[in-house]
Amino acid sequence: MQPGFSLSPEQASTIAPHVDHLFYFLTGVTGFFAILVFMLIFVFAIKYRRRSEDEIPVKVHEPMALETAWIGIPFGLMLIMFGWGAWIYYQDYNPPAGAFEVFVVGKQWMWKLQHPEGKREINELHVPIGVPIKLVMTSQDVIHDFFIPAFRVKQDVLPGRYTELWFKATKPGRYHLFCAQYCGTDHAHMGGWIVVMEPREYQRWLSGGEAGETMEQAGRRLFQQYACTSCHFEDNTGRCPSLRGLYHSQVKLVGGQTVTADENYIRESILDPNAKIVAGYSPVMPTFKGQISEEGILQIIAYIKSLKSPERMSAGK
Amino acid sequence: MSSLTVDEAPQAASHVHYLNVKFGVKSWLFTTDHKRIALLYLASITFFFFVGGAAAVLMRLHLLTPGGLLVEPATYNKLFTVHGILMVFFFLIPAIPAVLGNFLVPMMIGARDLAFPKLNLLSWYVYILGGLFTLYAVVAGGVDTGWTFYTPYSSTYSNSHVIAAALGIFITGFSSILTGLNFIVTIHKMRAPGLTWFRLPLFIWAIYATSIIFILGTPVLAITIVLVALERLFHIGVFDPALGGDPILFQHMFWFYSHPAVYIMILPGMGVESELITCFSRKKIFGYKFVAMSSLGIALLGFLVWGHHMFVSGQSMYAGMVFSILSYLVAVPSAVKVFNWTATLYKGSISYDAPMLYALGFIGLFTMGGVTGMFLASLGVNVHVHDTYFVIAHFHYIMVGGMVMAYLGGIHFWWPKISGRMYPQGWARFAALVIFVGFNLTFFPQYILGFLGMPRRYAVYPAEFQVLNVMSSAGASILGVGYLIPLIYFIWSMRYGPVASANPWNAKGLEWQTPSPPPTENFEEIPVVTEEAYDYPVREAQVA
Repeated sequence: MQPGFSLSPEQASTIAPHVDHLFYFLTGVTGFFAILVFMLIFVFAIKYRRRSEDEIPVKVHEPMALETAWIGIPFGLMLIMFGWGAWIYYQDYNPPAGAFEVFVVGKQWMWKLQHPEGKREINELHVPIGVPIKLVMTSQDVIHDFFIPAFRVKQDVLPGRYTELWFKATKPGRYHLFCAQYCGTDHAHMGGWIVVMEPREYQRWLSGGEAGETMEQAGRRLFQQYACTSCHFEDNTGRCPSLRGLYHSQVKLVGGQTVTADENYIRESILDPNAKIVAGYSPVMPTFKGQISEEGILQIIAYIKSLKSPERMSAGK
Repeated sequence: MSSLTVDEAPQAASHVHYLNVKFGVKSWLFTTDHKRIALLYLASITFFFFVGGAAAVLMRLHLLTPGGLLVEPATYNKLFTVHGILMVFFFLIPAIPAVLGNFLVPMMIGARDLAFPKLNLLSWYVYILGGLFTLYAVVAGGVDTGWTFYTPYSSTYSNSHVIAAALGIFITGFSSILTGLNFIVTIHKMRAPGLTWFRLPLFIWAIYATSIIFILGTPVLAITIVLVALERLFHIGVFDPALGGDPILFQHMFWFYSHPAVYIMILPGMGVESELITCFSRKKIFGYKFVAMSSLGIALLGFLVWGHHMFVSGQSMYAGMVFSILSYLVAVPSAVKVFNWTATLYKGSISYDAPMLYALGFIGLFTMGGVTGMFLASLGVNVHVHDTYFVIAHFHYIMVGGMVMAYLGGIHFWWPKISGRMYPQGWARFAALVIFVGFNLTFFPQYILGFLGMPRRYAVYPAEFQVLNVMSSAGASILGVGYLIPLIYFIWSMRYGPVASANPWNAKGLEWQTPSPPPTENFEEIPVVTEEAYDYPVREAQVA
């Protein structure tokens, strides 16, 4: 962002123009009514000012039609504001399929991010333009909030669960990243930059520096290190269900419920395994609460997501 | 400062009235007269208002430069917390109900006191006890959680005096509950003969609606605060996920009270507004039943919109949509009031006395606050401006532009009744103007700051936001001076102001039919009501 004085923030994502159009629509409609009220007050206050102490005003009728109109018309306009806003919100909540995932862990007072390729960043996120990016976020301590004004997106980042936020950047540049949920002493310093790059530059940036493991590789290493493999056999013959094709499948639980195996479900199964038991299995898994870092859990999830199994995927549907 | 009220009885008024019937500190501390209790509240909330205001002035000074001018971030966090807690719980919530409500509810309905005078005095002591706990928290080193006490920060991570401050708010809540109970019973049981529900002044309707929220909402806040304290003291897992709790649960419980609390703060202001607009345009209120019922509508719908504080908290998308449409619904009754007040001016006989200037300023600023609520209720826009200065500007337009303007308008309107003295009109008009200008200069730039993306509760900020922050700080200094002027002339008027007649504004309403200041029992004889509220004389239109 260039310094200087401006009345509107930069637009650098696909959703930003939509938000701004609605914002200007709201400004126009509400501005019209506000100015109407101000004008009426001004005109009445002057035209009907008290001219003598014993003045008696003339009787005024109160037409029902007027009351109905100023209940009905604003409410009709409000329905438009609601619908338009809800339409944008729906898009905020639903990332396009195949969005590129980046994992975010917030803590007092910094952001730690990791790309699937393994590249780690602190208080900075490099992304290419034109590619939908989905952030899977959690916090190590208190509630934070990932806010990129230039993209018009914002989402609280909670301890103990994942929240998501997605965007598609449209313009190369450096944009503010703010923590928008008050999180303690250095809340105002918990920010950084989103660096939006042309895809080719992004590839160059990604391949630069130390390579390291990808998230998936790190996850596989942890999966073995924590001996998950001793129960979760790949061929479903172990004491615990196979994790092949688990991600996004429908899992039947003891008691007949069905849940979708998303990030929050996998996370819960690692930290509180007895919360949801898969039908046909016993509650034998120990908890890994306090043993794996937030980053480690995200890596294991990345690994489990990579375990594709065509037949089970189709069976699950 | 305002404790001067306690010692100085006006000398010129010759009759025996509630101020000169007894003297001495004891006669005040053990009084059960609703009018004296109102003055006890007036002195205490004025104290808290200026302490909270001082915190705001320090914050605005600090934000003159991007890097922060005055204090460490930790101190800044304590400043905005103490500003929020004192202003919300110790000024805005009690201001109109406990001061003007206490003074006026019995007088407006033709009663000699509230239904439970001793309970009323107890409310004040409970309020003061809560205030002392909170002041202790401030003096002992401060609280840094924000007035919202979000968990798990407040319950686990903060190293400040959370328990003392929370206890202060918990205790003060009981004062609200007792006051609400007292008003509801009084309004139901003690109306003068002939004063039917639809003859009640709209201020009474507003106080009645507010009292319902006091009684239904405040216990939820009390429970929430106790749970935070239990988690903090004994690590009982309720809100902290590390202990098996749910941080979003806290937000649901907190806002279930604190959103209706917003209406606790503004509804009484709307009631005052209806009294001022009618008196100073000498007109019956336009659409009495619509204005009265809209107060009840706001009180009830206000309980169904708490989730609009949580559009980016991680609640489900569908919950967000339901809360969005309900939030628009609750905006309708507020709009109805604005339109009816404006229509009341039509063909009236409008005077520019100081209370009316506050009343007209109220409509303008409240409208600005109201329409920006339309932005915040709209989900797509909310995501962008949530937790930014846009929100700060929005609620200050409602709370300060609306509620404080109405409160000051009300004080100016009823001051002759309360003190038996007039204040200098010129100075009062000047102060209204200074406050209006200072207020807009302080808070309008904050809308733009929020749209540009500056988050709230930031002790430092990027350099590109400086121009608007400097404007805002400049406005705050004007606003601060604006608030000091009335303090000075009101104190002055208690000794030197011209003696007020029983009804200096030629207003309708039972409170004006008894001497200024009123006798202890309010009325020589209980009045009988034979007319509707605001029955100002009218003439038939000439046929053209």
